[in-house]
Amino acid sequence: MIRVDNLVKHYGEFEALKGISFEIQDGEILGFLGANGAGKSTTLKVMTGFLAPTAGNVEVDGMNVVDHSLEIREQIGYLPEANPLYTEMKVFDYLEFTARIRGLEGKAWTQALGRVIERCDLTEVVHRPIAECSKGYRQRVGLAAAMIHDPKILILDEPVSGLDPNQIVEIRELIKDLGREKMVVMSSHILQEIAATVDRIVIIDHGTIVADGTTDKLMSSFQGRTQLTLEVTHATEETVQALSSQVEGVDVKDTVANGETFTLSLEYDRDVDPREAIFNYAKASGWAILEMSPFRVQLEDVFRGLTAEGGPDRA
Amino acid sequence: MRNIRTIYTKELMGYFKSPMAYIFLVSFVLLNGYFFSNTFFLINQSDMRALFNIVPLVYLFFCPVVTMGLIARENNIGTAELIATLPIKDHEFVLGKYLAAVTLIAAGLAFTLVHFFSLLAVGSNIDIGANLGGYVGLLLVGAFYASIGTFASSTTDNQVIAFIVGALGVLVFYLLDKLLMFVPSTIAAAVQYLAVDYHLSNISRGVIDTRNLIYFGSMIWLFLALSVRTVEIRKWR
Repeated sequence: MIRVDNLVKHYGEFEALKGISFEIQDGEILGFLGANGAGKSTTLKVMTGFLAPTAGNVEVDGMNVVDHSLEIREQIGYLPEANPLYTEMKVFDYLEFTARIRGLEGKAWTQALGRVIERCDLTEVVHRPIAECSKGYRQRVGLAAAMIHDPKILILDEPVSGLDPNQIVEIRELIKDLGREKMVVMSSHILQEIAATVDRIVIIDHGTIVADGTTDKLMSSFQGRTQLTLEVTHATEETVQALSSQVEGVDVKDTVANGETFTLSLEYDRDVDPREAIFNYAKASGWAILEMSPFRVQLEDVFRGLTAEGGPDRA
Repeated sequence: MRNIRTIYTKELMGYFKSPMAYIFLVSFVLLNGYFFSNTFFLINQSDMRALFNIVPLVYLFFCPVVTMGLIARENNIGTAELIATLPIKDHEFVLGKYLAAVTLIAAGLAFTLVHFFSLLAVGSNIDIGANLGGYVGLLLVGAFYASIGTFASSTTDNQVIAFIVGALGVLVFYLLDKLLMFVPSTIAAAVQYLAVDYHLSNISRGVIDTRNLIYFGSMIWLFLALSVRTVEIRKWR
């Protein structure tokens, strides 16, 4: 179990983390979500022992990260954000080096190398210099190195950023698979990535936690309005303008006219469904409906709602 | 110990898998050979003092070159973050890297032994003790300069800066002996003790005194300890 307790980190004057607290249970896949510069990487870096906290505490299985750094490092596999690698080395040499540093020798060493090469599907590139590997392979090399000692805890900072959709699916499956036996903490600034992979999401913004819960819980706790796109033809300016007064609870946010065709953006509260009323009004006004498509509140909106007041991008 | 060996092996392989080691060795040997044989036949004596004078000068440039990338490169490409999160102590990391650099310098020095052997074959009246002492001295100076370079490399993520800082540091210790005349007599002895030349010239005479060994040992220890501290401090930025 990892317990983050009132963690504060300053970089000079800049307060990157302003006292965040949360816990991660064994066997849980936790997604760490936030805009660029929100403090995700900083939190992960403190958890791995790369950075020391300014104040507060991180405990892994009851051990403090500052006092028991070496013991904790042995239990953690870490994939840093930019996935730094010794690009001049061959994939195999690099994994061999990591395995040795991790104290694997003899049979355990051979087995570990075989296991990660197979699991991360690296057989094809194993004798190639890392510099010549594609981004997807590099990411897998980084992941393989992070899990070579079969750690209890995997910390992955933006593990799928910059990959193509196929590679994203592959890595996501791999992470899910790993999450069955290990604690996995992954960060991302892209929501779908996280939502598709993790059990629980922590949203961080400006160095504070703004939400913490399962995907479903986060969505239901956020009361947004439903948006509806309506495209009609054979309509007139007057009838379109009268829509919001004729149908109760509907606001017209935007109207784009193109001759007789109008594209309207409508908004209404989540707990009402005025679609039938809209249809009836359209029929009465002689419109032909070309499109009517509602957007349910998505996790994306939850994220935006919670972090939008962020001001300038602090990448 | 095992971690030091792993880092050492990786670093040494890194030198030899890139052009670095070959360019270094070839130019080091050529440069020293040229300056040595240039005066050797003029003086027409069976001694190697010319070599022992020129190598410290060549070191001024070559030692910082060998060490500039050791830690600065890791800081630059971000692998320092990986290393810091692996179960390896900072001093093991620094020591493994440092020893690899010293090995490369020692290899360069070993190639110049060819002059010694040709001297043995053709010369007469050779003071073997002084010559071997000279080599021990050169090795110690190389190791000392490499520790300065390692420290310079640990302070930055830019290899060019690491080189310049390292070369300046090395130059200071090289020049101290030559600046003695400008120094007040009260501190002259202390300054002289800090100068590399003073200890090297003692050893080159074939006298290996503990005073000289303590000097090199403590200087190397000092700069490596500073490097370890610098690597540590990065965590507390």
